Amino acid sequence: MPKGDFSLVYTFHFYLFGLIAIVSALLFVTRKSPVAAVLWLVTTMFCLAALYVLLDAQFIGAIQVIVYAGAIMVVFLFVIMLLNLGHPSELADARGAGWKLAAGAVGIALLAEVFTLTRAKIPDRLSLPPGSGAQDIVREGAIAPIARPLFTEYLLAFELTSVLLLAAIVGAVVLGRRRQDAS
Amino acid sequence: MLAESLFFSAVLFVIGVVGVLTRRNAIIVFMCVELMLNAVNLAFVAFAQVYGVAGQVFVFFVMTVAAAEAAVGLAIIIALFRHNQTVNLQQINLLKG
Repeated sequence: MPKGDFSLVYTFHFYLFGLIAIVSALLFVTRKSPVAAVLWLVTTMFCLAALYVLLDAQFIGAIQVIVYAGAIMVVFLFVIMLLNLGHPSELADARGAGWKLAAGAVGIALLAEVFTLTRAKIPDRLSLPPGSGAQDIVREGAIAPIARPLFTEYLLAFELTSVLLLAAIVGAVVLGRRRQDAS
Repeated sequence: MLAESLFFSAVLFVIGVVGVLTRRNAIIVFMCVELMLNAVNLAFVAFAQVYGVAGQVFVFFVMTVAAAEAAVGLAIIIALFRHNQTVNLQQINLLKG
């Protein structure tokens, strides 16, 4: 957490990127064309990457840009292109008034829930001293503090993730394959 | 910045939920789920700054699972499109009684 004159610039950018993220998320949900929706979602993800950098998570920010905004969103665009979904006939796709009312109610309930959660008191002894994340990064770089627990404490989960990815690859190939006379 | 991050995260998550409930295009619904995952990631990173770096490790795992989910989910959508010639969720009602 920066101090002094820098703090104002920091806060300004934090709110700026947060607001851009929310506005582009709103535009993403309301766009009719899937391609426009994907591009607004990419904007949201870039803003989230900026927020990660501001929150002392530079490595996660880079991964967000490369994996999310780069790879996953390109796959979405690719599928839209492959299925040729840019047609105006497919575009009028919002549900009826009942669903919108239900969605609004669920949204308000969730917002109330989360705001209650953010006001909850968490014991101070659980939290690190302020600025310790930034000090770690100055001392040993942005990647080492994440890599160490990943390869020691969470090694089993890390290895299982590789199995998950293999299963996903096989599943995607099997599902995407063209059927040959129902065999 | 923890409270602000949680605020942004909550708003993004709610936008994702509203999108899932109100849209009928399967691909857009799927992208709304990705938006919800991103909102949760933001909360994780904000907590990681205050309570230790384990939150960032979890973001790493969430991103991996999201990548796998996107690959399989889009393959399912392609298979669905081949079968029904549409991705409109209103017209995909095989399980409707």
